[in-house]
Amino acid sequence: MTTIPVLEARGLTRSFGNVRALDGADFDVNAGEVVALIGDNGAGKSTLVKALSGNLALDSGQILFAGGQVELTSPSHANSLGIETVYQDLALAPHLNAAQNMFLGREIPKPGLQGRFGFMDNKAMRLKSREAFDELGATVRSLSDPVGSMSGGQKQAIAIARAVAWAKGVIFLDEPTAALGVVQTRNVLDTIRRVRDKGVGVVFISHSMPHVIDVADRVQVLRLGRRVATYEAKRTSVEELVGAMTGALDGAQS
Amino acid sequence: MTTTEATPRTAGTASALTRTHSLRQVLQVQSFQILLVLLVIFLIFAAMAPEVFPTWGNVRQIIQNVSILGVLGIGMTFVIVTSGIDLSVGSNLVFSGVVAAKVMQSMGDAGWGTAFVGIIVSIGCGLGWGLLNGVLIAKAKVPPLIVTLGTLGGALGLAQVITGGVDIREVPAVLQDTIGYGNVPGTTLPTISLIAMVLIVIFGIVLHRTRFGLYTFAIGSNEESARRVGVKVDRQLISIYALSGALAGVAGILSLAQYGTTAIAGQSATNLNVIAAVVIGGTSLFGGVGTIFGTVVGLFIPAVLQNGFVIVGVQPFWQQVAVGAVLVAAVYVDQRRRAAAARGHSAKDDGKKRLFGRRSN
Repeated sequence: MTTIPVLEARGLTRSFGNVRALDGADFDVNAGEVVALIGDNGAGKSTLVKALSGNLALDSGQILFAGGQVELTSPSHANSLGIETVYQDLALAPHLNAAQNMFLGREIPKPGLQGRFGFMDNKAMRLKSREAFDELGATVRSLSDPVGSMSGGQKQAIAIARAVAWAKGVIFLDEPTAALGVVQTRNVLDTIRRVRDKGVGVVFISHSMPHVIDVADRVQVLRLGRRVATYEAKRTSVEELVGAMTGALDGAQS
Repeated sequence: MTTTEATPRTAGTASALTRTHSLRQVLQVQSFQILLVLLVIFLIFAAMAPEVFPTWGNVRQIIQNVSILGVLGIGMTFVIVTSGIDLSVGSNLVFSGVVAAKVMQSMGDAGWGTAFVGIIVSIGCGLGWGLLNGVLIAKAKVPPLIVTLGTLGGALGLAQVITGGVDIREVPAVLQDTIGYGNVPGTTLPTISLIAMVLIVIFGIVLHRTRFGLYTFAIGSNEESARRVGVKVDRQLISIYALSGALAGVAGILSLAQYGTTAIAGQSATNLNVIAAVVIGGTSLFGGVGTIFGTVVGLFIPAVLQNGFVIVGVQPFWQQVAVGAVLVAAVYVDQRRRAAAARGHSAKDDGKKRLFGRRSN
């Protein structure tokens, strides 16, 4: 098979002082595929995601988007390529409402002169937000209440809906199920499959091995800032993944 | 089985829900509550001095007194909505007025040409200080409190250096006659108040209806989130402090026109008065919440108290006591509401911690 990964990282390194957060890390995700990214705390997962979503400058290494080398200088640059991220802290503005958060930074201007002066088409943004939430089956009760007053699950739904609505290439989900209940978790996993079926590459970061095996096509394991193993999710087990994460499998070599 | 949390609500119940909600929201909005307080104060004074207090002549006087602070309040509202602060507005006003007065003095005549140059110079000086504030805050990452405390001293000191500490009292007559204590032709509305009102309406629309305003709220709500979704946070902050500065420049020339002097020593508490009004009007010092309307109401409360106390024969010094009490009460009510909102939900969220302030748990 010679499919070109939609996003690929080669030999990324990044140090914070004396700590090598990324030490020659490789990574790849294909279009229409769910890749789970796992690793112990401090393995470099978050750093890798930051680098691949334009939030972090690298010391060295290459990032390829659809086969072409890119420099991801800012989150908005990554966004313009169709790379979206659902951050662990969700990155919502708590005082703004759901529709405003959905379109923050990408507002729809009013047509004509009013748009030139910075007036926004709130009606269109509300309609499209509603559509996006409905498509996810998300229960966002009010589009006009500030999201800060909503439950954790609703906020999560808004953050995911926002990323899904804009993601054309890759979507990163950094521990999207960590704060969720059983039903909401199932919704998120269903959403992941649905997004994958639209042809988007999904990168799913989680500590929950059952979820990883449930939803992922491939699993890539990070340890000490580099990728140490890649598994087909169907042919692996929780024990094998935990072993690769902790280094129990490859013994002394590191 | 699990409950039907995920069942979609029918459109009917949903909109009914939001409707009752919005009515309650209006009653909970602080600027509305504070408007009621203002009305009560007004009615009390009106009952105590029905011959003098509720007359247009007196109300006109109050409106005129509030106008310059209103211009400053616009910029301060933008700044505080971003969870910043601008202590330098009073000094900036003085500096802009001094430079404008100097320039107009050296031009020598008292016509419109001179006045026009003075207006441009004053706004330009204000803008300059504002830009300096903005760049230091957004790029050098020095906290707004410190930056504007520094420019507070800097602007006032330089104003005194320029004048040798002696007020300039030469202001072109056209400025004083038309803008200073003139009325809008054909009415008894002070020109200075009309200028303030126009600015308030324009920037009220900018804050509450445009993308610039939305970004202002987004930065105050969660700066990091705004940055991540591609809002140009630094540029926005610089623009906001520049706006506050430019409006201080406008206030500088208005003050010059109204009082006919640079009044170097007269603005030492202006910044705090404006900040108090903004906060009384419901704008949160933690950012993300606020209205221009609230600020206007917040400005009228001290002004009405001052005016009313004089008329009913109470020592006007009581005004400061009363305003202090209103300020603390306003923030207390605000904090309690936040705490109540926080209790309603699981507080497991960074953004929320920020939202509900440091003291609420």
